[in-house]
Amino acid sequence: MISLKINGKVTEVDVDPATPLLWVIRDNLNLTGTKFGCGISQCGACTVLMDGHATRSCTMPVSQAAKFNIVTIEGLSEGGDHPVQKAWIEEDVPQCGYCQSGQILSAVALLNEKSHPTDEDINRTMTNICRCGTYRRIRKAIHRVAQERGIS
Amino acid sequence: MATSSGKDFTRRKLTRRDFVKSSATATGGLLLGFHIPSISKMRPFEPYPDAGAEINAWLSIDTDDTITIRVAQAEMGQGVFSSLPMIVAEELEADWRNVRVEYADANRSAREGKVYKRMSTGGSYAVRGSREYLQRAGAEARLRLIKAAAEKWLVDPDDCYADYGKIYHRGSSRSINYGAIAAAAARLSVANVRIKTPEEFNLIGLPTPRLDVPSKTDGSAIFGIDVRLPGMVYAAVVHCPVTGGELRSLRFNAVRNRPGVIKAVRLKSAVAIVAEHYWQAKTAVEAMPVQWNLGPASKTYSETFKSEYIAELQGDGTVLVETGDVDGMMDQAEKSIESDYVAPYLAHACMEPLNCTVSIQQDRVDIWAGVQNPESALAITAKLTGRSPADVYVHNCYLGGGFGRRSNTDYVEEAVQIAAQIDRPVQMIWSREEDMRSGSYRPMAVMRFKAGFDLQRNLIAYSSHSVTHSIAADREADWDSSKVDPASVEGLVDMPYQVDHKKISHTARNTHLKSWWWRSVGHSQNAYAMECFVDEMATASDMDAFAFRRKHLEGRTQLLDVLDVLEQKSGWRNARLPEGTAMGLAIHESFGTICGQVAQVSVSQAGEISIDRIISVVDCGNLVNPLTAEMQVESSIVYGLTAALYGKLTVENGVILEDNFDTYRMLSMAEMPVLETHFALSGGDKWGGMGEPATPPVAPAVCNALYKITGQRIRILPIKDYFLQRA
Repeated sequence: MISLKINGKVTEVDVDPATPLLWVIRDNLNLTGTKFGCGISQCGACTVLMDGHATRSCTMPVSQAAKFNIVTIEGLSEGGDHPVQKAWIEEDVPQCGYCQSGQILSAVALLNEKSHPTDEDINRTMTNICRCGTYRRIRKAIHRVAQERGIS
Repeated sequence: MATSSGKDFTRRKLTRRDFVKSSATATGGLLLGFHIPSISKMRPFEPYPDAGAEINAWLSIDTDDTITIRVAQAEMGQGVFSSLPMIVAEELEADWRNVRVEYADANRSAREGKVYKRMSTGGSYAVRGSREYLQRAGAEARLRLIKAAAEKWLVDPDDCYADYGKIYHRGSSRSINYGAIAAAAARLSVANVRIKTPEEFNLIGLPTPRLDVPSKTDGSAIFGIDVRLPGMVYAAVVHCPVTGGELRSLRFNAVRNRPGVIKAVRLKSAVAIVAEHYWQAKTAVEAMPVQWNLGPASKTYSETFKSEYIAELQGDGTVLVETGDVDGMMDQAEKSIESDYVAPYLAHACMEPLNCTVSIQQDRVDIWAGVQNPESALAITAKLTGRSPADVYVHNCYLGGGFGRRSNTDYVEEAVQIAAQIDRPVQMIWSREEDMRSGSYRPMAVMRFKAGFDLQRNLIAYSSHSVTHSIAADREADWDSSKVDPASVEGLVDMPYQVDHKKISHTARNTHLKSWWWRSVGHSQNAYAMECFVDEMATASDMDAFAFRRKHLEGRTQLLDVLDVLEQKSGWRNARLPEGTAMGLAIHESFGTICGQVAQVSVSQAGEISIDRIISVVDCGNLVNPLTAEMQVESSIVYGLTAALYGKLTVENGVILEDNFDTYRMLSMAEMPVLETHFALSGGDKWGGMGEPATPPVAPAVCNALYKITGQRIRILPIKDYFLQRA
């Protein structure tokens, strides 16, 4: 049994310790907001927060995830109203929407690290793939969150 | 002609606050527009149980005024969950805040004489193909509501009118909400339904936030891969590495004792392992020893394909258009140019790997998947399971990208075949590698262009000969190979530039790979080659790219108007660009829409390319939702730019080498150009498609800019294969 702390709750899962965290989240815990895209940490659709850092869960063995505080898109906010989620709605970011859980959590991690990220910061850290090409609106949404925070 | 990114709406402008409010009220959560399956429910994608009175097949109204509108097209990111309901709501005079959306039911359409008419999604046809009958459905419902109110009040229906979710009586102060008379309206019938003309629209043309967005920011939107059913198991598949090869043998004993493993399923050209969890299935199927009969295609290579296609250019091909005397004029020409262009096979690479969930029961078969064509998914499922179509239910989900790929039902067929071997519901998921290797690709093509000029550098003769992998020949078993696949030559055969002597020919040639519709289909490779060659012709004529096109587009008002706006918006004429930076132009009409683009591109001293800016001008005639239309332009550009810069599938020993995003590269945030989108709407009866037309001009606009900087013509895509240096 592996004990995971996900979205503030401790859950015991009985899985092979080599199983990627992604599949435990999706198939054992039925938290399907975290997506499978590539399986090799290339696309970022599987991004979750581990102690606040954006982490690609598709190549992370569940045994290594046990000591972290994990947040998935479902646990980001109570009513879907985290400032980043609200900015995503305001800027009409999603199209197909499949990559957006990962994009949002990557943006949350970036904004935790830097309250007013520059375009360069965004280019460097927002490496998740969006096949619909919503990058322009993602960038705008991140700047909007920073702007609404005011000057720190 | 008007240039705008939307109309100036003075009347009842909807605010974003309205939408957020509607999201919360309509369904009690931020789940507007979609039904979220709970684990305890067997069939999550059944219609809303509380839709209320059905006025007609397209809409129901509940007593609390909630309007449920059914959408027959697939929501794959292009925004049909807003654009199509907007059309119905426009005529219904609905309060948009009360509107929610669900998928139309393919099973019902099969049982009720195609009540939802065309349910497939593709060809940028959602608005073009259904606008009129959706307007009619909304208008018909409005008239029924008016009639019901008039009967209730014992007044003449002509003295009543509908506005913003209520019926009013002109002669008195009486009014009634739709919800209060919906049940009565459902029992009535009306005749002589008139629909609005564009100048009467209130909602159509208004930038309208998408109803599916909130659910796509909190993880609650359900894609095919997210469906969970009681007792469900998972299947992972490995296909024969060479398309056309077949399964010879497998050793299930090597993996059968692994935890969770239930069964191995043999398919003609693939093998599947079914297990309790996907990861167990995936690792087992990949570890299982399997032998294949690879077949003759295992000795093929991309380079061989290319030389075989080029060899076909020696033949005459099928002549599709011939005016004047091209050969004679080419002989007389003072100057002539000839170029060959090559476009590679491409994968769709939807973000959501292909998957399908199947439940086969005694009295019914249910499938859950994101599909672009629920009717063909239903038909093939009925055929494979030997059931009546009336007993097959297709629960369409959100599509994590479609781009044409999800109109092929190959993955549905495979899932049904696997499910038929096991007595539990099965979710089959292709790994990214299987998705990319077993794909149905954008066809490969080789295109040869020739042009002749007189002493004054006037274009006097033009010819093109394309050799293209035919999609129709792959799709249709009884395809007559003497016919020309229209998708192979679209954009080439209807070349808009005027020249007295021209000849357009075509040869079909297929390899062992399977091809399929890929965003903008034949236009994707044909516009690249043709608009690059138009640039070559302009250079050969010593003319500016705009001036050359204008000269040969005389009388083509809409194309000329787009060019005018594009020249102005891009600052083409007086641009003062730094060294190593240039602009390139391309314009192309597809799916009823014209899109002109100027790409501003830079090449560094070290030869690094950056795409700085892409300015698009679009004429789709009329717009339903300017917001989603603009998003589609941006999306189409990224799709086309990714392909132009990086897209290529390489065949070695019959096997596709690029199988994941590490080898099949995608455009990233850091590489994004500034995108500026303008609409130059010609109005009238024109309702052009918006899902694809901004893809074809991207590659040629970028290549034409690169030529100006480097002197190098990009005649073989992708651009990454060139070593480019400033001239």
